[in-house]
Amino acid sequence: MKPRTLFQKIWDNHIVHSEEGRQTILYVDLQLVHEVTSAQAFEGLRLEGRTVRRPNRTIATADHNIPTTDRSLPIADEVSKKQIDTLRDNCKEFGIRHYDLDDPNQGIVHVIGPELGYTQPGMTIVCGDSHTSTHGAFGALAFGIGTSEVEHVLATQTLLQSLPKTLELRVDGQLSPGVTAKDLILYLIGQITTDGGTGYCIEYTGEAIRALSMENRMTVCNMSIEAGARSGMIAPDETTFEYLRGRQYVPEDFEAAVERWKKLPTDEGAEYDKSLKFAAAEIAPQVSWGTNPGLVASVDGKVPTPSDYSDPTDQKTVANALAYMGLKGGEPITDLKIDRVFIGSCTNGRIEDLRAAATVAKGHKVSDHVDAMVVPGSGQVKRQAEAEGLDLIFKEAGFEWREAGCSMCLAMNPDKLSPGERCASTSNRNFEGRQGKGGRTHLVSPAMAAAAAVAGHFVDIRDFV
Amino acid sequence: MKSFTTHTGLVAIMDRANVDTDQIIPKQFLKRIERTGFGEFLFWDWAKLDDGSPNPAFELNRPEAQGASVLVARRNFGCGSSREHAPWALEDYGFRVIIAPSFADIFYNNCFKNSMLPIRLSEELVDKIFSQAAKRVDYRLTADLENCTLSDEHGFSTSFEVDSFRQHCLLNGLDDIGLTLEHEDKITAYEQAQGIGVS
Ligand code: SF4
Repeated sequence: MKPRTLFQKIWDNHIVHSEEGRQTILYVDLQLVHEVTSAQAFEGLRLEGRTVRRPNRTIATADHNIPTTDRSLPIADEVSKKQIDTLRDNCKEFGIRHYDLDDPNQGIVHVIGPELGYTQPGMTIVCGDSHTSTHGAFGALAFGIGTSEVEHVLATQTLLQSLPKTLELRVDGQLSPGVTAKDLILYLIGQITTDGGTGYCIEYTGEAIRALSMENRMTVCNMSIEAGARSGMIAPDETTFEYLRGRQYVPEDFEAAVERWKKLPTDEGAEYDKSLKFAAAEIAPQVSWGTNPGLVASVDGKVPTPSDYSDPTDQKTVANALAYMGLKGGEPITDLKIDRVFIGSCTNGRIEDLRAAATVAKGHKVSDHVDAMVVPGSGQVKRQAEAEGLDLIFKEAGFEWREAGCSMCLAMNPDKLSPGERCASTSNRNFEGRQGKGGRTHLVSPAMAAAAAVAGHFVDIRDFV
Repeated sequence: MKSFTTHTGLVAIMDRANVDTDQIIPKQFLKRIERTGFGEFLFWDWAKLDDGSPNPAFELNRPEAQGASVLVARRNFGCGSSREHAPWALEDYGFRVIIAPSFADIFYNNCFKNSMLPIRLSEELVDKIFSQAAKRVDYRLTADLENCTLSDEHGFSTSFEVDSFRQHCLLNGLDDIGLTLEHEDKITAYEQAQGIGVS
């Protein structure tokens, strides 16, 4: 048989029907559902008198819209409450497992899927959410879909798909001390730009990728969509199997599953449509300065000016971004003074992220002109962090310690920036208004965010003591 | 789903790249559980001043853009969040055709599910449309999906590419779920072969 890539193997394994001139009908192993993009899909089913084909292949949680303060209080926002109630009712009506607000395993959908062992190598996984690419860290084909497609999957357990192209991003060598998975992915997006991955499924390969923990691999795959790629994946290996072993919903015969999963990695000699190589040693800690995740600089660099770009559209984009961000261009990154810090999200709200931030915060105080908050990615992450005493470290340093949810990653709930506020954020999007109208987001790693909270401005984590 | 065959409409231009779905429909409007009524919130943060009144400087608020149904923008339109609320808002506002050098994948896909036609054209052709539209008042374009052509009344005409299956579905207003369910026996066979069941 012709050598195949990881992507091709998963694709081939899930073809239900394909014919010339049509999109392929692809089987979906797992659909994740949340409150914001599902109500209209369930309503569609009802209108057509359809049911959910495989309720046991669907799990739901409320994460985007929920308060991260005291959960025993009623939800103040009536419209949010209705959306959360609607999800609960829909799950009940259609027989779907729902991790509701009071469930100990509630959390951000892309955090709980992996930690409960639902996410497994070789699967096809979809969710009405663009950061579904996160699950690709396990060697799964995972991507975000629209609400019409959510309805399609609920009704048929399949999706109509056109074959994407494959893009290999290989990172050779080792990351330098202080440089994390977040810096790696921000750097890659900066290099290939926000539409460099459009039309592709990315596979991340190379020594620097293999050395990453599962949490870190999820950080990388999470942001594939910020490079325009619907999915990003990393071949499963011992790190993957060790992470999954013993989790609640992994296959009963785990060892047999591991043997199957070992056949997934890309074969020797298989070809990608495109391959790009990078050197890990060249990557410094990154800080985004603009209004899309491709507008990043090394922490020891400067904010660029429009004249640093040759393409007129780029010049305009940069000029608009600088105006929105309240920057002139030319400022050293470490001179940027911040007002807020947000540590959390499906990019960096996992236990390792909180450990990294706590290590930096320990024994320090948050700068007196900074408001800083830590929002665990899930109930499990929160309990684990509390068992390790991380919550105390954060609280002593002056960080707020919250309940699990998306929170200020997209500011649909009461956690948001005020106009003009500058925020060091571990989330994935720095779009205009993403964290609150007029808010100015700088994307960084958890360690860099914690260091910025203490210093009151960005600092090079490699110099931070 | 409504079908789409040909459409002639007033052109609105948006000289911006990387217009993301957070701009198209900001998150505060995603709490609703309906599919309709998003048009009035389209591009909210750009379209409104702080006091909620229309921002006269915003492209779509200009007098010449009133009643537009063809939107032309720069590359990577619709990037970011997968929210289908973005095409819902554009469609509800009155847009039927969106033209750009490139679109983000999920957004592009979502347009077809909502009877809107996204058209990819080269940067040069998009530039040409920008300059045509700047020169004339009441500049209109006609998109013909059957023949895959885009033209104006002043001699501009070009063809565009679209996946033949999507073209077929949009021309006939076909419901994807219905189409897939014609192959339900194959889904069942796949599940049996994989040992997938209800338990
Ligand atoms: S944490 Fe942010 S990016 Fe992740 S699912 Fe929630 S809103 Fe989306």
